[in-house]
Amino acid sequence: MKPDRVYAALAAAGAALATVPFLGLPAFYESFLYLVFHWIVLATSWNILSGYSGYFSFGHGAFFGAGVYTTAVLAGKYDVPFAYTLAPAAIIPALLGIGVGAVVFRVRGVRGELFALLTLAVTFVLATIVLNTPVDGGPGVYLSAVPVPRLAPTPSGSFYVMALALAFVTVVIARAIERSRLGLGLFAIHDDEDAAEVMGVPTYRYKLLALGLSAGLAGIAGGIQALFVSYVTANSTFNITVPLTVVLMSVLGGSRHWAGPAIGAIAITVLLYFSTAADQAVAGKAVVGAILVVAVLIMPRGLLGHWQRRRVAANGHARPAAAEVTRDDAFVQARDGNTRNCVLSLRAVEKSFSGVRALAGIDLDVSEGEILGVLGPNGSGKSTLINVVTGHYRADRGNIAFEGHDITCWPAHRIARAGIARTYQIPRPFPHLPVRDNVALTAIFGNAAQRTAAARACAQQWLDFTRLGARAEAMPGELNLHQTKFLELARALAARPRLVFLDEVLSGLTPGEIDEAVDLIRRIRDSGTTVVFVEHVMRAVMAVSDRIVVLDQGRVIAQGNAAEVMARDDVAAAYLGGAHARRA
Amino acid sequence: MTFPSATLLAQSALSGIFIGGLYGLLGLGLGLTWGLLHVINLAHFGFAFLAAYLCYQLASVHGVDPLATLVLLVPVFFVAGVAVQLLLERFRISPLNSLLASFGLTAIIEAGIQAVWTADFRKLESSYAGYKLQIGALYVPFPEVLTLFLATLLSFSIWAVMRYTDAGRAMRALAQDPEMAAAYGINRAAHAVLLSGVCGALAAVAGVCLALGFTLTPSQIYAWVGVVFAAVMLGGLGSALGPLAAGLIIGISEALTMAFASPSWAPIVSFTLLIVLLVLRPARA
Repeated sequence: MKPDRVYAALAAAGAALATVPFLGLPAFYESFLYLVFHWIVLATSWNILSGYSGYFSFGHGAFFGAGVYTTAVLAGKYDVPFAYTLAPAAIIPALLGIGVGAVVFRVRGVRGELFALLTLAVTFVLATIVLNTPVDGGPGVYLSAVPVPRLAPTPSGSFYVMALALAFVTVVIARAIERSRLGLGLFAIHDDEDAAEVMGVPTYRYKLLALGLSAGLAGIAGGIQALFVSYVTANSTFNITVPLTVVLMSVLGGSRHWAGPAIGAIAITVLLYFSTAADQAVAGKAVVGAILVVAVLIMPRGLLGHWQRRRVAANGHARPAAAEVTRDDAFVQARDGNTRNCVLSLRAVEKSFSGVRALAGIDLDVSEGEILGVLGPNGSGKSTLINVVTGHYRADRGNIAFEGHDITCWPAHRIARAGIARTYQIPRPFPHLPVRDNVALTAIFGNAAQRTAAARACAQQWLDFTRLGARAEAMPGELNLHQTKFLELARALAARPRLVFLDEVLSGLTPGEIDEAVDLIRRIRDSGTTVVFVEHVMRAVMAVSDRIVVLDQGRVIAQGNAAEVMARDDVAAAYLGGAHARRA
Repeated sequence: MTFPSATLLAQSALSGIFIGGLYGLLGLGLGLTWGLLHVINLAHFGFAFLAAYLCYQLASVHGVDPLATLVLLVPVFFVAGVAVQLLLERFRISPLNSLLASFGLTAIIEAGIQAVWTADFRKLESSYAGYKLQIGALYVPFPEVLTLFLATLLSFSIWAVMRYTDAGRAMRALAQDPEMAAAYGINRAAHAVLLSGVCGALAAVAGVCLALGFTLTPSQIYAWVGVVFAAVMLGGLGSALGPLAAGLIIGISEALTMAFASPSWAPIVSFTLLIVLLVLRPARA
């Protein structure tokens, strides 16, 4: 379905459901559907951070609860009209979320399970504070005197309308994010956060933004729920039910899809309702537990994930192979031949890892439009050099300047945006994004800074450039090594970098594939990108480099014309061992 | 707030040590599977409570000595631990999904307990509960001494096994790099199953201690989750002695918070310690 048609269908469904309170049905139906919408909001809002980025939060109860108590205190204790409490009920949890995120996301070690448990801890800390301060103080807060806004003929109808509207808005937001650069960035964080940052995704800001949005939406749901139950206590608000239920719903429905949590919410709410209504609460609990076990074991991607995968598998082989187009000419720019500006310069750059000096004072200049080969034995600091320049590690000492900017302390995504791209020696494609989106990602977040739709078209061009055009719809796991390496290249190039680092793109390729790659590297330079390539395949280095630099033990030991440098004794000694040098 | 007397302070510190022992005992099994097998087994709490209820049943209805029930419960829960690992191994599950699946299992266990024993409070009345040792002005109930003793004994035993035996070395190698360890001839599946069984047995021991010292109700399963997780993370994943040390620190801090402030502030202690540790020393995590 086309995106606009999805929104149209959602709007039509929303409009149809909005007529329910005016049909004169028994209040039971409205209250039951209220619960369904309530859980759709909570599960879908949780999914915006946790499903998309993979940071599972068990703290959704804290944000929900902050919303509950914001409305309860404002409306119940200070007589603020209910409608005016909903904005603070969104803002306070959102700020709480951003505050928690600002602490937790700064800690590099906090990934996955630790994030889950830390956010759970926040729930209990907040509950304790609420219970021990005048916010609640113990007895709970009554809202029975607060008037319910009249949006429908009956109070239950009014709750129904509020929850429906919020559910509609939440689902539309989730869908819009999934299609946006924020969504693509979050999916990339899910698959490989370090690589995402190096490709230019502002990971820290995106995680905070997603957590803030997620918490704010949960807070509004909490505000409405406070009035709905009309009596709130800390124990009934801040417990483990909310976080576990939303996780269950999203995992069951499929957490990588905007509609997954909503489908899971409907299924679980209906199931829970009928099992408790039939006076079988205990059996209901066991059934939900059993569903969770079976769902996680058999369909870890959820209903929608399972279905999508089957569909992709069915379509994958039927797709006809598109013609492979090489579009050299389109990208060739007139290169400025007379003035060679220095694009990148390193001065006395040092980097140590717990005592081991990987870079021991590197001085290096890279000229605009050149192909610079970087050679050196294993452990000489080649990969560290790339990691430090691209911002994956921060230099301990020294300065790095790129096109006149001091980038030494910039975060990786800012460096990527300024125009430096890289490939990984061991390819690190985002395994759950199709090949085309892998490439589009850098077009969006890199120097090219394309809009989402244009980036997808641009991605196709670069896939054609690297002869992967026919594989655009495939998942990275379906590619062979040669294709995966070229995907790394396409991904680096789609950023339209001013400078690209190629980290051993040739290793593991056959001689024929190497010739193809060498040709590609020349074409990259001809398109206006300066190339620094780290390589062991000597034949290729000699063939394609304008200049080479040799590293040994974290220092530059030689640089200049390829043939001259390789003839030097100290280079041979570093490269081939002392014995060889003495014989020579 | 009035300043508590020295006796009260000593008494609360002492009770903190004892409750800390139980945190450490529960955390030992949880942390071993988490750190070494990358399985976050929430069902560890379910197993401990199931063992506690079985101990209660055997002791109060069938008149078995509560400590004698260990002879039956330890092998039974060893098998339960083995079964969980076999199931998870079969589906090659990620750590996060192991948390979800074992939560589902815990919900099933909770429902089962509720169906058999109802949601009412159950308290095992045994002769042990009556024993109290007196040290000066301080009273020390026997079940709590026993819990601390068992927690210490088991933590040090497992530490010694991990450090000095081939099985322990193999286990640590597997935790660091399962594929390389397997390449050097270590049978991953067998060691994982064995460790998971041992953790099941540890849950049974913790269960008996729970039954001796605490009033049981099914929903209490979740009351322990937060604090014990905090102890495991403070102590270090996969560490044998860490959870006990961290458990004692948390237990004492909680008890002193109760004495100085009010009991309702106690839940904040463990999580504050945890957050502070993570922010100050992220590498620890």
